[in-house]
Amino acid sequence: MDDTAGPAWQRRLMVGLLLAPALLWLFALIVLPHVDLALLSFRERTAPREFVTSLAQYRTFFTEPLYWHIFVRTAVISAISTALTFLVAFPIAWTIAKLARGRAATLLFVVCLIPFWVSETVRTLGWMILLRESGVLPGILVHLGLADAPPELLYHDATILVGLVYTSLLFMVVPLVSSLESLDNSLIEAAYDLGASGPAILRRIVIPHALPGITAGCIVVFMLTLGNYLTPNLLGGTSSQWFTEQIYTQFITRFNWEQGAAFGFLLLGLSTTMVWFGLKLSGQRFSDVMRRT
Amino acid sequence: MRFVLPLVLALATLSAPAARADDPKKLRIISWADYVPAEVIADFKKETGIQVEVTLSNNEEMISKLRATGGAGFDLAQPSQDRILGAQQEFRIYRPIDLSKVKIEQFMPDLLETVKKNASIDGKLYALPYVWGAEALVVNSKKAKIADYTDLCRPELKGKTAVRLKRPTLMAFALASGKDPFALYGNIKAYTALMEEVGRTLIACKPNFRFFYDNKDQLLNGVRSGEVVAAMMWDSGAWNLNRENPDIHFVNPKSGAIAWLDTYALPARGKNEAGAYAWINFTMRPAEAAKIAKAIGNFTASKGADALMDPRFKKQFADSFPDGFKNVKWYPAIPPGLEEIEGRVLDRIKAAN
Repeated sequence: MDDTAGPAWQRRLMVGLLLAPALLWLFALIVLPHVDLALLSFRERTAPREFVTSLAQYRTFFTEPLYWHIFVRTAVISAISTALTFLVAFPIAWTIAKLARGRAATLLFVVCLIPFWVSETVRTLGWMILLRESGVLPGILVHLGLADAPPELLYHDATILVGLVYTSLLFMVVPLVSSLESLDNSLIEAAYDLGASGPAILRRIVIPHALPGITAGCIVVFMLTLGNYLTPNLLGGTSSQWFTEQIYTQFITRFNWEQGAAFGFLLLGLSTTMVWFGLKLSGQRFSDVMRRT
Repeated sequence: MRFVLPLVLALATLSAPAARADDPKKLRIISWADYVPAEVIADFKKETGIQVEVTLSNNEEMISKLRATGGAGFDLAQPSQDRILGAQQEFRIYRPIDLSKVKIEQFMPDLLETVKKNASIDGKLYALPYVWGAEALVVNSKKAKIADYTDLCRPELKGKTAVRLKRPTLMAFALASGKDPFALYGNIKAYTALMEEVGRTLIACKPNFRFFYDNKDQLLNGVRSGEVVAAMMWDSGAWNLNRENPDIHFVNPKSGAIAWLDTYALPARGKNEAGAYAWINFTMRPAEAAKIAKAIGNFTASKGADALMDPRFKKQFADSFPDGFKNVKWYPAIPPGLEEIEGRVLDRIKAAN
């Protein structure tokens, strides 16, 4: 009787043990801090070292237009940057998956990967050297006679977009390549044989097939962009505010952990909503998409 | 973080037995860039056998880091003298200084008095003076002429100036508007009104700022490359630039330079108190203090160290402050709560278009 229960019990223990490090990690470093932050975000300081439970932190967010402004701005720029990343990454992914063969495909992939061998800080500082008024690119523009005086290319919202797209390109290319590689070339050939035009094939065959990969890439890129701190901070101008910057400021320079925690949860809410919305819009299921990432 | 951080820290301690915190041969200092020169660390190790580990930081980060751990993780911190009272009342992150363990005769008496006035709670002293300097203006005299903070907003300097988006800038512009922000520290309502007025001035001035710098290299590079021709800057930064390019000058503004004084403070749960006192006494010896002053470019609180300083440096100082300290304002201790008011104003400046 016991000879069936024994192995099953052992198997469950085995699975439990194998999962234990991951679960412990998840619980101690992700779940617990979030619970603590949630509690923190519902506190209000009334006097030194005295706190009451209240919704004041969330109320501040909704009553102070400044925070709203930054929140919406972060969401909009992140969405634009995700779309741009997709537009840039798709041709690259197509080339790697369908056009390049063997060594050329590997080489292209490595070219995409190489920038990630150095840290994000170094990459961003590289952009600063290229774009600043006394930098490389403005110098070239003047040399070619395209500008009279070196233009300041740094410190604009467009600069932030360039930096963000560059930073997240790889995370879009990888899922796109894997979903395009599984597309059978004979489907495309058949479509041409039946007289379909290029755009029609793209719209009715390629994109529907790659949709899980596209959604996966967009979700990852959007999350990375939304949570990015360094790029908007270094490349942005005097008016550029990013929501993560605001969270950092509240925690570190204002000593206002309560407000920072509330902002953190609002950002979590925003990214969750946007991901849900994206899944609904593309008709994808979360589990299918996650398998592609 | 009340229960999570101790847990995380406990895990971290378990996983790194080599970095045991209660090692009497190790002294962990959280300080500013350049404040703890390698040469002095080596001297100290030779004499005492204690290895110094330095974490670079700034006022706000020091307070936040110590707050997160309840004052653990470091044996010595170096916040500015005005940032101790509020942080201590709010977060209890420091322990009082035991003056019997300090060679008090090594300190300059007037700086010690300033700290005693601003960093004492219930008769207990929470800091000792370390290094001081003044925040003022820097100008490239070939490209601009300025005499006061508000001159940074002159129309011909559009896109060519820089400030920090932090409280010293608010204080400077408040002083330049003819008001004394420090006198209003106790009057929240009047202080809020003054800060909002300063906020409006800075928003109107925004097209003039090329960037808000948050590290010194960003500003130094801006001035060196000529992209920035005038900026708010601390004295030693301006003197360094002057040595590289004689056109770049320190300017003591009409409404006054604002002096800061950074300190030694003992975190509440530091593990090596004896080592911290040994370090304080060691670094205030004139010979060591002179090495520190040379590395930072500012004067220390050590009595007698300025006699050992580089003459060029002394001349730069004398040229910058011809009337001594007559036109220098010292920061008084910040009462809790003011930073929230300033924070809102700073946020508005940053977000304004």
